[in-house]
Amino acid sequence: MSSLASSATRTTTARRLQPRFDAKWLIIGACVALALYLGVVPLGFLLWQSFFTPQSATQAAELTLGNYREAYGSARTWTLFWNSLVFAAGTSALAFCFGTLLAWMNERTNTPCKALFFALSIIPLIIPGILFTVAWILLGSPKIGLVNLVLRGIFDTDAVFFNVYSMWGMIWVDALHYSPIAFLLMTAAFRSMDPALEESAVMSGASVLQVVTRVTLPLVWPAIFATLLILFVRAIESFEVPALLGLPVGIQVFTSAIFRAVHRYPSEIGLASSYAVTLLVITTIGVYFQSVLSTRGNRYATMTGKGFRPRLIDLGRWRYLTVAIFLVYFLLIVVLPFAVLLWSSLQKFYSVPSMEALQRLTLEPYRTILGYPSLWRSVWNSLLLALGSATIVMLVTSVICWIVVKTRLRGRWLLDNVASLPMVFPGIVLGLALMIVYLHLPIGVYGTLWILLIAYVTRFLPYGLRYNTISMLQIHKELEESAAMCGASWTTTFRRIVLPLLKPGLLAGWIYIVIVSIRELSSSILLYSPGTEVISILIWELWENGQYVELSALGVMFILALLVLVMLAQWVSRRFGIKEA
Amino acid sequence: MLTVRGLCTEYIDERGESIRAAHEVSFEVPQGKLFTLLGPSGCGKTTTLRSIAGLERPRSGEITVEGTVIYSSERNVFIPPNRRRLGMVFQSYAIWPHMTVFQNAAFPLQVGKPRNSRKTIEERVRRVLKVVALEDMAEREATKLSGGQQQRLALARALVMEPPLLLLDEPLSNLDAKLRERMRFELKRLQRDIGITTVYVTHDQSEALALSHSIAVMNKGQIQQTGSPREIYERPGSQFVADFIGSTNFLHATVIGREGDLYRVRSEIGDLKVRAGDELDPGMPVVVSVRPEDLRLSEQATRGDNVLQGTVHTKVFLGESVDFEVKVGERVLLSRAHPSLGTRVGHPIYLSLDAEKCIALREA
Repeated sequence: MSSLASSATRTTTARRLQPRFDAKWLIIGACVALALYLGVVPLGFLLWQSFFTPQSATQAAELTLGNYREAYGSARTWTLFWNSLVFAAGTSALAFCFGTLLAWMNERTNTPCKALFFALSIIPLIIPGILFTVAWILLGSPKIGLVNLVLRGIFDTDAVFFNVYSMWGMIWVDALHYSPIAFLLMTAAFRSMDPALEESAVMSGASVLQVVTRVTLPLVWPAIFATLLILFVRAIESFEVPALLGLPVGIQVFTSAIFRAVHRYPSEIGLASSYAVTLLVITTIGVYFQSVLSTRGNRYATMTGKGFRPRLIDLGRWRYLTVAIFLVYFLLIVVLPFAVLLWSSLQKFYSVPSMEALQRLTLEPYRTILGYPSLWRSVWNSLLLALGSATIVMLVTSVICWIVVKTRLRGRWLLDNVASLPMVFPGIVLGLALMIVYLHLPIGVYGTLWILLIAYVTRFLPYGLRYNTISMLQIHKELEESAAMCGASWTTTFRRIVLPLLKPGLLAGWIYIVIVSIRELSSSILLYSPGTEVISILIWELWENGQYVELSALGVMFILALLVLVMLAQWVSRRFGIKEA
Repeated sequence: MLTVRGLCTEYIDERGESIRAAHEVSFEVPQGKLFTLLGPSGCGKTTTLRSIAGLERPRSGEITVEGTVIYSSERNVFIPPNRRRLGMVFQSYAIWPHMTVFQNAAFPLQVGKPRNSRKTIEERVRRVLKVVALEDMAEREATKLSGGQQQRLALARALVMEPPLLLLDEPLSNLDAKLRERMRFELKRLQRDIGITTVYVTHDQSEALALSHSIAVMNKGQIQQTGSPREIYERPGSQFVADFIGSTNFLHATVIGREGDLYRVRSEIGDLKVRAGDELDPGMPVVVSVRPEDLRLSEQATRGDNVLQGTVHTKVFLGESVDFEVKVGERVLLSRAHPSLGTRVGHPIYLSLDAEKCIALREA
């Protein structure tokens, strides 16, 4: 007990004389500062830049509304706005239809081959947008597109059946790419609806139409609206499809217009910023409504009954139709794109499949790409960035989550919101914002790997937060308190109790961030410079150079590598019992 | 050993308003005794315990353990919980699921200062696991333990650093009824054997009565009464205590006058002789508390004070006893009798109330 006495007196004196150094506040302070810096600074610089004229050697930047005047004064912008709207609305509507039909078939009917349906949930992770788009160009371009060639052969005409370089082509490709997301969201909605709610309406004497309008629709409406909103935001943020399909034929949307404005000479960063701010406003509204919906969703908590197994509708002979629909869909989204990439990766020069071409199968493109000067550098850069950003994000967000979930600190909700702020940034907008920040902050980050690391960490901070929050909420506060009672300091408790208990969430989130960072394109495209290319940039460059066969070879290997990673992630999640966030 | 003086605590609720939890709580626990804070939920007992632990910072007051001030608002002392070296068992046990039984129990020895050698740790953990009869399960994963075993492990972890004071926060509330009763005996035996000074928090009065050397009954942030289990039960100091501990009958009455040690009162069911803790003046309104088991029933009229006649209103057979509801005038009184008493419903019955067990309390 004497040790307690002496330590007590020591504390009192220490408290009076000098604040005792505590690693706790250092770690917390560093993480909070980092989150604030990453979340707020790019936004501030972006807004600031949009109100200034471009700085040049002869002329200093000055305050102006010119960018906005130019942006909103010209008819081109309204075309841009209209294009973006049509593209996003079309994409979300089409993807929603695909997804809902599939989800209904899977959840409420006796369609065969159900095991395959769940392969859909991992497709968007495995096939990066740029490869999916390239594959669809090989399938649907008017001149060399396989679909057109086959149909022409069948009908013996020269007509163009399907032109991927058009607004409809863009909507088609992007909608296909996002339809698995709609499938997952609507599956959840179908699952959480207890059929007893409908059945009791029937028992009350309601007709089928009355059941649908008075019970089913009001119940699923929030889920439908939320799904459409998420798809809309994703579509308006998407970059690969508008850039590869829209730009060659002059159809611009906000994301591709930003890219164009920056890559013009002289680049018009002010104009790009005002586009970016407009886009940001749209996505912010979308994300805001999403969060409102998900809080309001609690009102429908009665829907989430557990343990019921919905009665499946027996489709009878119609199930051959549904399974056919599914197989065609599967063909369009997985088999054809991958097959066309694989085919072209086995050719010396790109040529359409024929008996003659079959004779010329070669592994030459793989040899070329493996010997490609910047390949290994890009792979190394991608790995470094993916591992680095995943580790930093998960560790930093674990501390932030701890503050938000476990403490009663004033202003912790603000911290939560600031760390989630990057969610509203479309990749290209974040890239632009960071470019502006580090062009103005001369700390030697611009043009190095560091700027890419900063971009990835910022962009994926909200993902880390989400994974960690789910696990953190499950840790009872007494588990930490008992460690304190055992004499452990905050740092020891965090390291030996909190982190190990967070492990499942940490690991699942870590792998997820590794996967999405490796595929990242839309931020990197504005931030890379020679020497700091990543894999997705290399694919972009190969496309620009017209090296389709090498691109395909790289694409095939990339997809296989991602498949392994995704399987690993699924295994980890199952092993530790974490559901996908 | 443990002294708590003038402890006031408050907490911030969801709306950001500060709510008063404990108010001017003072008590002392002598060396080796088990002291219980008993009260309904929200009475401030857990906050008081957490203030002793250091998990909450009180607004004012002073807490001393073995003469060392661990918290004092006046002298601006607040020792953080991890340097108080007190043992604590949490309501949820807070067994770390990612560690084995051994690792859980060894944790306090690994993180504290001074550092312990591997051998000492091994020795002391084995010893403490033996005390709680878990020595054969040392390598088992902590999550594979049953509720009772987890509870014993939590106890082992709290005891392994040989703390001067053990804090128990409703340690039995998560167990099923049968196990709870067994652990009650085990806990009592363990505490008496080791002789460790213990503060025990519970809302279960039978637990408090069974385990404690001394009980403080709390309500609305204040201690209502402190005393031995018998004192608390037989001589409740207020209507709240009488009502909270066990079940009781309350009778409204007016004081007539003093008769030796006792008082004569006019109650709603007739004149009674009663005992009182406080000084009472004639004409004062009081409430008389009589426990069901102190209301003796018989079919023959008996002589003496406090004998009343009533009729059996309802009865409930409980196996080891029979509960009678007896109607006296307009009042229905609850009485607990031996199952051999078989008076039928509607038949007359006599009640005799032991004057020593009728406690007159000031009207709340």
